[in-house]
Amino acid sequence: MLYAPTNLHIPDGFLTIIVSLIFWLITIVMVGLAVSKTNKSLGEKQVPLMGVMAAFIFAAQMLNFPIAGGTSGHFLGGALAAIVLGPWAGILVMTAVVGVQGLLFQDGGLLVMGANIFNMGILTAVIGFGLYRLVVHQKRGVRLVVAGGGAWIATMAAALAASLQLWLSGTTRLEIVLPAMLGVHALIGVGEGLITVAALAYIEQTRPDLLNAEKTTREGGRGWIVGSVLVTLAAVLISPLASGSPDGLERVAENLGFLGSGQDAPYQILPDYTIPFLGETAVSTILAGVVGAVILMGLLILVGRNLRRRTEV
Amino acid sequence: MPVKHKTPFELIIPECEGDLLQIQDLHFAYPDGHQALRGINLSICEGEKIALVGPNGAGKSTLMLHLNGILGEDTPITIAGLKLEKGNLPLIRALVGLVFQNPDDQLFSPTVFEDVAFGPLHMGLPEEEVRLRVEEALAAVGMDNFGSRLSHHLSMGQKKRISIATVLAMHPQILVLDEPTAGLDPRARRSLINFLRDLPITMLVSTHDLRMVADLFPRMVIMDEGKIVADGQTQLLLKDEDLLLAHGLESLS
Amino acid sequence: MHVDVFDQFHFSESRVHSLDPRVKVVITVAFILSNAILPDGSWLALALAWLFLLLGNDLSNLGLGFTLKRSLIALPFALVAVSAIFSPLGEPLADWDLGFMILVPTDAGLIRFASIMLRSWLSVQIAILLVATTQFPDLIHALEHLRLPRTLTTIIAFLFRYLFVLTNEVHRIQRARKSRSARLPNVRGGGNLGWRIKTTGSMVGQLFTRSYERSDRIYQAMISRGYTGHIRTLNPHQVKSQDWLVLGISAGMLILIQLVGWIL
Repeated sequence: MLYAPTNLHIPDGFLTIIVSLIFWLITIVMVGLAVSKTNKSLGEKQVPLMGVMAAFIFAAQMLNFPIAGGTSGHFLGGALAAIVLGPWAGILVMTAVVGVQGLLFQDGGLLVMGANIFNMGILTAVIGFGLYRLVVHQKRGVRLVVAGGGAWIATMAAALAASLQLWLSGTTRLEIVLPAMLGVHALIGVGEGLITVAALAYIEQTRPDLLNAEKTTREGGRGWIVGSVLVTLAAVLISPLASGSPDGLERVAENLGFLGSGQDAPYQILPDYTIPFLGETAVSTILAGVVGAVILMGLLILVGRNLRRRTEV
Repeated sequence: MPVKHKTPFELIIPECEGDLLQIQDLHFAYPDGHQALRGINLSICEGEKIALVGPNGAGKSTLMLHLNGILGEDTPITIAGLKLEKGNLPLIRALVGLVFQNPDDQLFSPTVFEDVAFGPLHMGLPEEEVRLRVEEALAAVGMDNFGSRLSHHLSMGQKKRISIATVLAMHPQILVLDEPTAGLDPRARRSLINFLRDLPITMLVSTHDLRMVADLFPRMVIMDEGKIVADGQTQLLLKDEDLLLAHGLESLS
Repeated sequence: MHVDVFDQFHFSESRVHSLDPRVKVVITVAFILSNAILPDGSWLALALAWLFLLLGNDLSNLGLGFTLKRSLIALPFALVAVSAIFSPLGEPLADWDLGFMILVPTDAGLIRFASIMLRSWLSVQIAILLVATTQFPDLIHALEHLRLPRTLTTIIAFLFRYLFVLTNEVHRIQRARKSRSARLPNVRGGGNLGWRIKTTGSMVGQLFTRSYERSDRIYQAMISRGYTGHIRTLNPHQVKSQDWLVLGISAGMLILIQLVGWIL
């Protein structure tokens, strides 16, 4: 199979409008920052570099590796991209990759793309780069181990974030889905980590100029270390809490106004959803009948036209 | 592509009426210390078609990258009376049409139209003029109506032609081609050679294809180890088997 | 493997194909948005939305079932939503004891699950219709004129262009790996998992350095043609009155769908 969707690309319909918009907002802010930062740091060479790198990540995601029992691991690449290109360029590259996957291949939805970019592009860049940045002046072995570990954590964090978004949208029961998601991605993450290590080792051998400590520190300051440590800590704290006693999380979400509404989030937008003069009345039943008839008629016309066209050819 | 029967091509170096390009004692070393060019002297007249041959690593590509200022700064190169320095670069890049060896590097836009329009647009031409030039350049390489095609759907020969169109649209004074026939099958190669012969423009072409050199270029420049080791009439140089052998070239006979 | 695997666009003439890509993008997003804000269980409205989609299929000359065939891509994700059936809100329908946990499907949960699946199914189809009737470069233009940052649209344009070049490279690398993966009878070959992952990693590294060097050459080709850091493009599209008409009709239909969904 040439192109296998990974199970982190959330399709449209699975997230409520509010959750979608919140993550679009975060993503837009981060991508906007990334655009202005890369304009400054990379200069005019940025465009072809990031463009080809986006194609590289896309192509590298096709190199699957057999794990066991017919399943195969897939490469996400977010951590690797952030480490070799710098965090901001990494975010832009992953944004383009996730965007094209959604637009061109319907792998991941459009309205939920903000969340998908957040999970697979932003979280992975923050964690992958930040943790690597922490040990950038250490020995080669230490750096590679941390890069691999960071890639594993990044994959887990992406799976965790996706699970939480689905749960906030009332699409899943956390206590059922989270253990499954984390379990699967714990395995996929190992592949991700090992590939990241092997790729970095190869790059360091053949093009050491692309991966020296000075370049890495120039591309991202200490803020990334703090960010990555915080995000990692949050993920570590939330995971057992969420899978062990989701009630606690549910209460938090309820207080924040998500849950109970997670089931029916749109009601928040249109609070008076029952139109007063149309309840469960005879009028509404008749109207429903009329609409149903219209739909049926439309269907018949369309099918009829198609059949006629086919016989004419 | 119809076969063209033409009167025998005159392989005579034209009389020089003012140099189009002059290089005086050009040296260049890469950042890693590799000395790629060691004192290049070359002058090209308007209307000349010159072949640049030599083994891999001789410095041919490095020399070509100097001609529009991609490599080197304030080099001893003069083009159409302009010194090659930072202030003149935008103009010189319009005068020197450099076509890279791999068309997948040269054609970087999704569609053919966008690629051919790239140069004229970045010269700041108005929209009407840009569209006109794209049409004209595509017609010149025999690829009319290819504008809306996606670059990755083209064959190698088509990509090579469109690569040339991308610089022709900028109305260059001199065309600089890096191994244009590499990777082409015999038919596409023949068709490209015929096309280059009919193209009324000064050109400097690096190649390993000595058969094409004999067919197409009155003058031949041989480079080796960063130096020009021979420069003269193709017919004479191709007969000098010792010279060819010494610089990693095979004689045709 | 031919590159056409990536080309979803179907060359044919139709009213949908000739619409301004911006209009198509706006309608697509509006349609998905409309599905997302419909309340659970508004089957009539979802049926109307489906009719809208079929109309689009019909007008694009692709055949009524065109998007249906390719819409199963989101199916694996349905697994995730199955757990919605066991939503605690609503009347229990059954009681399944799995030993380690007791699952209670509820009516509200069932409605929720069906609604999610239908929304998703409709949304995927309109996205398929969009790329099947719009050349991807036109789509990039549309995004550019809908105010996406130029840097991002240019990266996407490069991604599209070099996707094909690099995936061909991947196939070449993989073929080389395969042709050397010989195995002797009665000998357990193929290396262990660690070794396999290491080879894959080296391939990724190799692909990276090749891509990096390619971006250098592309940059040189760009500055050779006058690039100074600002990408300029022409806008090949103009919104015609026909586009406004389609936009208006679609907006009307989406509002109708919403009304049906919320009132009935």
